[in-house]
Amino acid sequence: MISSFPPDSVGLVTPQILRFDEPLPLDCGRTLPGFELIYETYGALNADRSNAILICHALSGDHHAAGYHQADDSKPGWWDTSIGPGKPIDTRHFFVVCCNNLGGCKGSTGPVSINPDTGKPYGPNFPIVTVKDWVRSQARLADRLGITAWAAVIGGSLGGMQAMQWTIDFPDRIRHAVVIAAAPRLSTQNIAFNEVARQAILSDPDFHEGHYYEQGVIPRRGLMVARMLGHITYLSDEGMRARFGRELREGKLNFHFESEFEIESYLRHQGYSFVGRFDANTYLLMTKALDYFDPAADFDNDLAAAFRQAQARFLIISFISDWRFSPARSREIVKALVAAKRDVSYAEIPSTQGHDAFLMPIPRYFETFTAYMQRVAGEVSHDASLAKT
Amino acid sequence: MPPLLRPDLKIISEWIRPGSRILDLGCGDGALLAYLRDQRQTRGYGLEIDADKITRCIQAGVNVIHTDLEAGLSDFDDDSFDYVLMTQTLQTVRHTEWLLDEMLRVGREGVVTFPNFGHWKCRLQLALGGRMPVVKTLPHAWYNTPNIHLFTIRDFEQLCRDKGIQLLQCVVLDHAHRLSPGLQLFPNLLGEVALYHLGRP
Repeated sequence: MISSFPPDSVGLVTPQILRFDEPLPLDCGRTLPGFELIYETYGALNADRSNAILICHALSGDHHAAGYHQADDSKPGWWDTSIGPGKPIDTRHFFVVCCNNLGGCKGSTGPVSINPDTGKPYGPNFPIVTVKDWVRSQARLADRLGITAWAAVIGGSLGGMQAMQWTIDFPDRIRHAVVIAAAPRLSTQNIAFNEVARQAILSDPDFHEGHYYEQGVIPRRGLMVARMLGHITYLSDEGMRARFGRELREGKLNFHFESEFEIESYLRHQGYSFVGRFDANTYLLMTKALDYFDPAADFDNDLAAAFRQAQARFLIISFISDWRFSPARSREIVKALVAAKRDVSYAEIPSTQGHDAFLMPIPRYFETFTAYMQRVAGEVSHDASLAKT
Repeated sequence: MPPLLRPDLKIISEWIRPGSRILDLGCGDGALLAYLRDQRQTRGYGLEIDADKITRCIQAGVNVIHTDLEAGLSDFDDDSFDYVLMTQTLQTVRHTEWLLDEMLRVGREGVVTFPNFGHWKCRLQLALGGRMPVVKTLPHAWYNTPNIHLFTIRDFEQLCRDKGIQLLQCVVLDHAHRLSPGLQLFPNLLGEVALYHLGRP
């Protein structure tokens, strides 16, 4: 029943798929002969097509950012807290687009898709895609939707990296970039964590060098361990302590290796449920896209020089307890933007929720985010009224 | 129509060359930056630590960067701004002298405004009442005041002379930030708010 959705929800949404037949050259040197992108939209595109917003997803995200696919869905899209009528990304003002990235496993072309050359799933032969490749494919999506320039490109974590890349690669097609809980490139420690996650998958006997689809198995244990490890980096020590402490499930030590502490049970649950909804080859690709992201590398390792390409205005947000992409990493972005003389605002949000805070409706965070998006909405209306006169 | 403006903002704007690049330390709600942007076509950033004020800056379309001034301006290169402004902020920071140095490292010129502790009401309350002064420009009690470094116009000028900082222009105002000619005769006695335009040593 539609009436059962909260009033600030976008309600029932239906994903759409677009096929792109023009080959897409990739950073790795290979070319995708054609590809499909699955995406969702919320809100309405205005007459002069100036109110479109692109949402970029993070490592395990997809195109289902807000609303419900079915009336009885237990959970809405992954960023439903931020997208909807009256929410920071207000669908009464904006036309919001979110696609599953290339290499994904939720409907866009990726390792689970059929390789037209072989008639079999790409599997491990799917090319390693980069943030730049994604941005290039998202630009094709914008072309097809008739969107010359986004009012804003918005993302958290790996999504924020895509927003930054947009400002550098397509400066005249993005007016604002909102970059939340991101980093200008991964730290050594970040890459190290990703490598452990990959090794967990690669060393699973059921991985079969990525050809597990044909074997009728999935590298369940490896993907589960990868997700458990990742999850630790999304939370903060303080947040974990507050939520789980050293609580024992049965109230006593049992001197065995089954899950005893609540945190063990929680991580196992996160791992189990992830295996059911995510593909291991995609996980490998997404971690590589993270590792490779480094916009400064194209500009003699000068991030400010990279941002001198940009024309967009920026909002950068970080969270105090995020140690995966800490506030110091966001300040590196801000410093480079100031050196590049770009318009930027920056807010550091107190929170105990670690990296995952970017998904949470934290009042301070939402006040800042909403204030910025209202400015963007104001410009859009202004543009529209100019277009009419 | 621009809103009715406080005279101190207008005086500062007259010191600023059009099209300049500005950094405002402790920018509050961004009123000064918004005014300078509209009147002097300046560009730049405000630094602020208070979350509500950061939100108000964003609402005003002013670039604002969440910063703890006590940590200095290490994220800003030498000579990266034409002016660094510090309105009603210098008396609230711990490392006063260092922040002045930082200000004139990052900016080629500086503008500082502060409440004058040498005003006759402050002198009278301390001399005759024997109590720490509480006046309109310094409205807090001694135990809860954010103003942790209190100084007079003479003190400030002495520090600038000692450091070789150039005093390019100076205006004193009353507590309502009004300008009246009498104040300029005995600035340290009659001025409640002091505005200084500073140049590098």
